[in-house]
Amino acid sequence: MDMRPDPLIMMTTQTAQATVAAKPKIVARNVNVFYGEKHALKDVSVDIPERSVTSFIGPSGCGKSTFLRCINRMNDTVPSCRVEGTILIDGKDIYDPALDPVQLRARVGMVFQKPNPFPKSIYDNVAYGPRIHGLSRSKGELDQIVEASLRKASLWEEVKDRLTDSGTGLSGGQQQRLCIARTIAINPEIILMDEPCSALDPIATARIEELMEELRHNFTIVIVTHSMQQAARVSQQTAFFHLGHVVEVGETPQIFTNPTDKRTQDYITGRFG
Amino acid sequence: MTDLTAGGVNAPAIRRVEFDTEEAKARLRRRYRSEFRFKVYGFAALAVTTTFLLLLLSSIVSKGIPGFFQNVIVTDVLVDAGKIDPEGKGDAATLRAGDYTAIARAALAEAIPGIEGRQLKKELNGLLSSGAGDALREQVLADPSLVGQRVKTQLLLADEADVFLKDSSTTIRTIADTRGIATPTGTTGDVTIFVGANDFADDIAEVKAELKAKAAAIMETIERRKARGAGPESLRDLEREAADLRIRYEAAATSETLDSKTPSRLVAINGGIVKVKEMTPTLVKGEVIIPLTSTADAAPGTWQIRVYEKPESNRNLNDRGLTFLEALKAKGLVENRFNWAFFTTGDSREAELAGIQGALVGSILTLLVTIGLCLPIGVLAAIYLEEFAPKNRMTELIEININNLAAVPSIVFGLLGLAVFLNFFNLPRSAPLVGGLVLALLVLPTIIIASRAALKSVPPSIREAALGVGASHQQAVFHHVLPLAMPGIMTGTIIGMAHALGETAPLLMIGMIAFIVDVPTSLTQAATVLPVQIFLWSDLPEPAFKMKTAAAIMVLLAVLFVMNGLAIWLRKKFERRW
Repeated sequence: MDMRPDPLIMMTTQTAQATVAAKPKIVARNVNVFYGEKHALKDVSVDIPERSVTSFIGPSGCGKSTFLRCINRMNDTVPSCRVEGTILIDGKDIYDPALDPVQLRARVGMVFQKPNPFPKSIYDNVAYGPRIHGLSRSKGELDQIVEASLRKASLWEEVKDRLTDSGTGLSGGQQQRLCIARTIAINPEIILMDEPCSALDPIATARIEELMEELRHNFTIVIVTHSMQQAARVSQQTAFFHLGHVVEVGETPQIFTNPTDKRTQDYITGRFG
Repeated sequence: MTDLTAGGVNAPAIRRVEFDTEEAKARLRRRYRSEFRFKVYGFAALAVTTTFLLLLLSSIVSKGIPGFFQNVIVTDVLVDAGKIDPEGKGDAATLRAGDYTAIARAALAEAIPGIEGRQLKKELNGLLSSGAGDALREQVLADPSLVGQRVKTQLLLADEADVFLKDSSTTIRTIADTRGIATPTGTTGDVTIFVGANDFADDIAEVKAELKAKAAAIMETIERRKARGAGPESLRDLEREAADLRIRYEAAATSETLDSKTPSRLVAINGGIVKVKEMTPTLVKGEVIIPLTSTADAAPGTWQIRVYEKPESNRNLNDRGLTFLEALKAKGLVENRFNWAFFTTGDSREAELAGIQGALVGSILTLLVTIGLCLPIGVLAAIYLEEFAPKNRMTELIEININNLAAVPSIVFGLLGLAVFLNFFNLPRSAPLVGGLVLALLVLPTIIIASRAALKSVPPSIREAALGVGASHQQAVFHHVLPLAMPGIMTGTIIGMAHALGETAPLLMIGMIAFIVDVPTSLTQAATVLPVQIFLWSDLPEPAFKMKTAAAIMVLLAVLFVMNGLAIWLRKKFERRW
């Protein structure tokens, strides 16, 4: 197989390069994660810049989802899980015992692999977060938040006439955009996406990717993906994970066109994975 | 490939599924046979269970339906002021205390006039229930102006008469084509009726044949017992009886005496009825039950012989009562009505007055206590164990114990209730409060297990979604998981309640088996519950209570069906897919 990069990747990398932000939003140093005896993440140190999309790629079981779930302390819900090292968001340690993980999750939203809307109305799905965090003072304000969130998730036009219908009645792609709307309704700083398109068809995937391109102007986005084309299309930075290590982090065009590590090169050219 | 199949190489060939070889066909046939056998077994199992279910249901329904009905005498009665309110006070207390039974008896005497003698009157009044005047009392209390007037009312029949009317096992054969002129010697008391032809010859032959058959049956019994080695001592009575019977049927005498072990014969003549005690082909001697209007000659065909096929000793209603009842029926005064009182009265020693309201209310009060305790405690325990409890030894121990408690025999819970609630806390015996507490202990494990299963069945993605938007664990559980698990929890709870409703054994231990007439109005009053009421009634010897038992079972089953139907409906209605 020759090393000539995919023309699609070439195209996106050029646009991406211009928008790379320099200031790191998330700083992880020597993060180790253990599931019981299993050492899942080994000495991971990554800087994730603000208002951009960072993608984590790597073969299955390499620890990229595990690391993602460390950023909003979702791993706390796994009883056998132990996290060592430091993760700073805006310079503040999120594993500080004084910090409430629930509040952290309101600032670091998450979109999951499988669309998981609540079995409630579309309106209630989006309004749930603002309600429990007291983000609206009146019904009118809440309506505005719901509309704005649905608009930002480019779902408003499709659902504005049936906000009381169940969220589970939407198509897969719509459900995933509803989940994104639900996340941005609480106006987080960071949105974590764990393979958000793996259950969707190519058209729905394209819409989500467009959405991410729009959202990155306001949010810091971290996405785990198995599709290297997707990583190349949507992200400005890419981190390659392998067997619990971060092998290489860098500008997406550089990772895909000129990787420094042999393993990265083998992976992106399809020799293993 | 060809050389592989030809076996030309050393390596064993990997074989392929063939269609045409004998071996393949045989294997296919074997598979079809085995599948067919399985289908047959399944169908047979289903057929057996369905048959038993149908047998059970049809038996209960056929026995229970008559229990919902009650025969009454519907007639005009004179509300005699002298018997109710001799001083003309007209207040409710006086009217309530009036002697309505006397009025009912008077009405009966009016319906069948001319009955003389203490014995006969007693038999006639015996047709009426001891609560025969209750309906009339209610009427009079509702409208005191009825005193002194004639009122159409219903008089409750006693259970023997009621059962006789419902039970068709006593047939009455009427011989109407009598050939001779019959002449009675009197209108009341013991009479002799002379007949111009030998009308009774056939009857005598019949009686003799019956006696002979009976003697043969007794002899057979004696032989069978002898063969089994019974001593002559124990057979003496039977032998004597058989000998007596033989003497009677072998005697060429033309006179035959009737007793209570042979079918009763009566002569209906001149508007009255005479019970035959002794007969020859041309005359009968007997006792007047319903007085005759005259001693005039009765032309052939105008008088009848009636045969009550079931001997008097095998019936609960004797010949006199039966005759009176038939007379009332002939006058069209007897009606079979739906017995609403069954649902509005408490227990009674008289079958015709016994109802299930006491037991129903007792069951409801008991279940209220049970659900009031079980639902909150059970659901909260399940939520804690499923969602919050640390996964350690202690939790595991608790879980195992809960699972084991669900299998503990219910009588043990009864003993526990007796020891703890009655003896230690000194709570009142037989009270729905204690019954509810005991049943709550019994049902709690079921509810906890069902609730945990329901909580577990909510997909983790919902929890994650809630946590992902910054809900705390508790918020995730109470806002999302619990509402989704609710249909499952409700189903489990209702099935647990149905279980509690049918439970008898633990309630016996805490004294809810007492005979209680009053309908309970509070949680601490003595009460009984439906299954215990059924148990109590099934123990009573009166046939009328057998019907009541089946009817109460039908009510219990109906309540259970409704509860289970509700559980299914809830499950279907709130079932969600994700």
